[in-house]
Amino acid sequence: MSKTLTPAGTLYRGREGQWSWVAHRITGVVIFFFLLVHVLDTSLVRVSPEAYDAVIASYKNPIMGLGELGLVAAIVFHAFNGLRVIAVDFWKQGPRYHRQMLWGVVGLWAITMIAFSIRHLSHVFGG
Amino acid sequence: MAVPTIESPRSGRVAPGYTRTNSSRGNFEMIAWLFMRLSGAILVVLIFVHLWTSLIAGDGISGVDFGFVAGKWADPVWQIWDLTMLWLAMLHGTNGVRVIINDYAEKNSTRMWLKGVLYASTVVIVILGTLVIFTFDPCPVIDGVAHVAEYCPTS
Repeated sequence: MSKTLTPAGTLYRGREGQWSWVAHRITGVVIFFFLLVHVLDTSLVRVSPEAYDAVIASYKNPIMGLGELGLVAAIVFHAFNGLRVIAVDFWKQGPRYHRQMLWGVVGLWAITMIAFSIRHLSHVFGG
Repeated sequence: MAVPTIESPRSGRVAPGYTRTNSSRGNFEMIAWLFMRLSGAILVVLIFVHLWTSLIAGDGISGVDFGFVAGKWADPVWQIWDLTMLWLAMLHGTNGVRVIINDYAEKNSTRMWLKGVLYASTVVIVILGTLVIFTFDPCPVIDGVAHVAEYCPTS
């Protein structure tokens, strides 16, 4: 039996660079599919006020409330990490500090999500 | 003896043998790359304000109903805001998914079909959303019945 060769670590693979890229893709796809549905449900305002209110009312429950929390989490990460990508591409020191910037993104994301969760969940569960 | 000078490789003049894109496709991928960064930076502002007004300010998600939308679109600033957001987000998202399809769909026919569905969806959603923003009526009369709201004329 030959010894299994596992790929040695590189600057990119399996590290902050690649994982942030994976997370950026996944959150991007999630947001895109939400956007398609979001335009379709908002378009119901053109059908009738009752049709729009009926669909929005069906969103006003704890399960959809938690879904909205997940959606905002995806949007906030994609936004902050997108600004990091712009900094890596256009700022002279960007590539040097891309890892530190990712931890900045994660930290800001956590602070934003804690604040948003308190506000949003009190709307969702506060009745 | 004259010192030979070597032209800077970034001077913009690339010998024809070294160009990496064929002329028919032009700079499309570079423009798309640049668009993702420009639209992304603008979308951060547009969407964060959008989330603030619909999920954080006032009653948050509990306050969203037909009247909320009507109140917003009574102001042309929010109409333009939402229109810009619709177009930029759809083009940004469509280009992102296009890149993902190109990355993972290996068969030419699969790529073509997936991108066909993607572009068709994009056109439908962008046109639908644009029409809705511009033809929105806050006080519609449906089958002879006028919508009742405090901001609608009563007669």
